[in-house]
Amino acid sequence: MSDVSRATSVAFRGGGFKPRPRRWVGGAVLIGLILLAEWGTRAGWISALTLPRPSDVLDTFRELYESGLLFTHLGLSISRLVIGAAIGASIGISVGVLIGLFSYVRSGLVPLIAAIFPIPKIALLPLFVIWFGIGEGSKYALIAFGTFTPTVVATYGAVDNVDRTLIRMGQSFGLSWWSIVRKIVLPGAMPGILSGLRISLAIAIILLVAAEMLGAEYGIGAYILEAGSLYDLERLFAGVVILSTLGVLVSAGIGVVERHLLGWRT
Amino acid sequence: MDIRLDGIGHAYAKVDVLSDISLDIESGQIVCLVGPSGCGKSTLLRVIGGLERPAQGRVLQLGDPPESCLNPLTYIFQDFALLPWRSVSGNVSLVLEDHGIRGRAAQGIIDDVLSRTKLTDFAKALPKQLSGGMKQRVAIARALAVRPAVMLMDEPLSALDAQTRELLMDDLVDLWTRQPFTAVYVTHNLAEAVRLGHRVVVLSRRPGRIRDIVEIEKPLAEREFGDPDLDAPQRHLWHLMRDEARAADAELLDV
Repeated sequence: MSDVSRATSVAFRGGGFKPRPRRWVGGAVLIGLILLAEWGTRAGWISALTLPRPSDVLDTFRELYESGLLFTHLGLSISRLVIGAAIGASIGISVGVLIGLFSYVRSGLVPLIAAIFPIPKIALLPLFVIWFGIGEGSKYALIAFGTFTPTVVATYGAVDNVDRTLIRMGQSFGLSWWSIVRKIVLPGAMPGILSGLRISLAIAIILLVAAEMLGAEYGIGAYILEAGSLYDLERLFAGVVILSTLGVLVSAGIGVVERHLLGWRT
Repeated sequence: MDIRLDGIGHAYAKVDVLSDISLDIESGQIVCLVGPSGCGKSTLLRVIGGLERPAQGRVLQLGDPPESCLNPLTYIFQDFALLPWRSVSGNVSLVLEDHGIRGRAAQGIIDDVLSRTKLTDFAKALPKQLSGGMKQRVAIARALAVRPAVMLMDEPLSALDAQTRELLMDDLVDLWTRQPFTAVYVTHNLAEAVRLGHRVVVLSRRPGRIRDIVEIEKPLAEREFGDPDLDAPQRHLWHLMRDEARAADAELLDV
């Protein structure tokens, strides 16, 4: 044995690379930024043309709420979002599962999906107006189309990743084709489908504003666009805050569904 | 119901993996398949249960499976193949649902197989909560639930640690002693083969052929851990395999 008096302890060099949730940090950053903007606009080193004063935005928001228009805008927008996204996501999941299961569907549709994925769906709005009318139809179609493509891609990727040994197991126990799809493929693909939905629903909110560019009197998107064309920054920001809140709520909603449906994951 | 393999041969992408395998599997017997890695023993097992179509030869069922049998040829997989989103009893009920067995009838079968595999207390647990040995017990319970005529076991203990392997071997011997079942048991572990097999079939290196068949007379229930009577057959098996195993080990993989 060597001399113990000359011993040094081994320095710790592991750990890290493992982000953990810190509940209050997100809120603190947001509040900090808002306070900074408030201070800057009041002190004058941020001009009123650069950024509206947060407290003014809050006042605008209160006016909107008190006039009752908030709920007219919100109600219409949310119904467009829900109906459009529901159509797009359900068709997307079905087509994605078919692509994942059938060689001919896959060979036929994957290039097509790759071709329509990069099209900015906003560019197609005039086309949708001709096809589905200037009313609600074209708005549903635009949001549905925008949600459809990312959902398809996420779904067939998720189906591809379902553990084949589980499918062989199902076959070896004589399960019917439909049972295998329903009880093995779909639950196995659920994690991928849900993380795809996170992206598609965010895209749906983006497209909501675009959909309300044409022929919409009410709706958050219409409200923002009107404020934008008048350079009314307070109202513009009030609208943007509503959209962000919507996005956070949708994401939290998917989080709840994930915890409920995917509790089996390690 | 007996199984007869009649001149089975198979190839993957022009590489022969199995060649002219003929073998009878008699009911009530455990037949172990051993061989060096890559000799096609797992492929042969998939062929027997109809998960793979052989290039040559055929697999015959001699006689009808017993009336109560729901799934005559039933697998137990090396990686357990449990649905992670279903509880232990849900995994067992999965294979009953398609036979129209639900509700109380299903519950009766589930309770029975879980008690036979000592899992009664874990009925509601999810696979992620179970140890490897427990997971394989669930897979065995699931296989017992469909009352198979022949169990096809693909290295069922290979993913487990040594102690768990001993425990599960004892459990398998108990299960067999109480109610003899027919099984084809693929393994690369010779100790498992001499402990559980009535007959041990030694396959040669790729393309796998039957090199020898070793009968082990001692009754299953009397064999035990480190049994001196099993030393001789185990040594004999190792002699048969050693050179092949060495050659297989030195082979370049063509992937």
